[in-house]
Amino acid sequence: MRKYLTRRGDGGRIEMEADEIIRDIEQGTQDAAERGKIARLSKSDTEHLMDIFTNPNRIVGVEPGREVVLTDDIGPFRLIIDQGNSAVGISLGNVQAIQIHERGYGMDTTTFAHFDASFKAVKPVLANVLQEFENALLNTIIPIYFCCMPNLGAYYMPDGPFPNPSDLMPIGKIKEALESQEKTVERATNDMIYISEALASIGCDGVNFDTVGAAGDGDFLATLRAVEHVKKNTNLSVQVGMASEFVLGLHGGLEYSGKRLAGMYPHQQVKVVEKAGADIFGPVVNTKSTKSVPWNLARAVTFCKACSEASNIPVHPNVGMGVGGVPMFETPPPDVVCRVSKALVEIGKADGL
Amino acid sequence: MGMPMAHGLASGIGGIRTAGDLVAWMQMTRKMRINDAKAYVAAKLKVSPTDLSDPFVMRDVREELDIGIITAVPGCAKGIEARARIAELLGIEINCVTRLRKKMKF
Repeated sequence: MRKYLTRRGDGGRIEMEADEIIRDIEQGTQDAAERGKIARLSKSDTEHLMDIFTNPNRIVGVEPGREVVLTDDIGPFRLIIDQGNSAVGISLGNVQAIQIHERGYGMDTTTFAHFDASFKAVKPVLANVLQEFENALLNTIIPIYFCCMPNLGAYYMPDGPFPNPSDLMPIGKIKEALESQEKTVERATNDMIYISEALASIGCDGVNFDTVGAAGDGDFLATLRAVEHVKKNTNLSVQVGMASEFVLGLHGGLEYSGKRLAGMYPHQQVKVVEKAGADIFGPVVNTKSTKSVPWNLARAVTFCKACSEASNIPVHPNVGMGVGGVPMFETPPPDVVCRVSKALVEIGKADGL
Repeated sequence: MGMPMAHGLASGIGGIRTAGDLVAWMQMTRKMRINDAKAYVAAKLKVSPTDLSDPFVMRDVREELDIGIITAVPGCAKGIEARARIAELLGIEINCVTRLRKKMKF
């Protein structure tokens, strides 16, 4: 029986027979369907995915005419820094690195950010960030998002002013833990609005609220409230990119527009993001490193297809290390990255990546 | 860099080598899904949606419209000059161009 080269979710190379690939695709789509209570991939989708994995060529791509817009959440930093985030540490300024993305790599859009890409960390150095961003806007043709994380974790002790729910809950102080999260939501929302309005004043193209929900449902709620304000009061474009496929209920009772946020999957997340007024939504589907890429990608495509079908705004699934079917590895091998790209566009109905 | 390059080659439109930035503007400013955004831009440029990702076609189109090209030809629109022309061509508001126009009213 012929064997096909593919990868595990940790990036390691494996060989699989056609029957084994089909089995993993079936199990991956079933897992997504059960968790999200959404439709499994159809027979034709499964066959299409099978064709992608059994294509003998190292590199594959979408059919001509089916290309999509690429946005990102790191931009120049993938060249400039290296703090364990897979960047390469070249001595460059932000504006130079952005021009390399535009003119060297042919990126459709790019990103400007602060080294510590959390709204809380940006606030004290906002003027300096704006000065350099103004230069980037004047010298660049492609749209530039300001990318930043709500990161509610940074507001809790010992890094921030509010009591840490993770300390309070184990000692039974549940009410105090909930109150602390509610106060943090308010503070984080205000910081996101303050910074976004400053960005609007220099002619910024848009804000990419990134890694949303990393600190649970409060993180998501603060972002939705900030997005709603920004869309009503500025001309900024807004992209919301998630941290994981499932909104953790660290509070559990928080709602937006009458919808409980805890437990939402991508096809539900996109509806509240849309309601808040965002222009683009970036769903995340986590990669399981012990499973194969066919299992992970079938799962990611199932979630993203349901999200895209539910959405009225463009959907750009996250496809970095450890999400969207891409292996959880610092330098993901191109042979599987390009298969993820093709599958999410052609089967997952992505408007961008 | 292997990861973004792999995505770019597998499924990206191609930025200012082609019309990737223009399609992106329509998603960002009008919430257009990919096919609607491509149809809108193609109509404005008087090309087919498939042409939008073809560097052979788009190089001439971009140069003729003077909306920014990938190579550094002296005199072609760059930076905010190209952004201003793109805003006009696509009928959208680009915030830093609006700001420039306000600054010019002195």
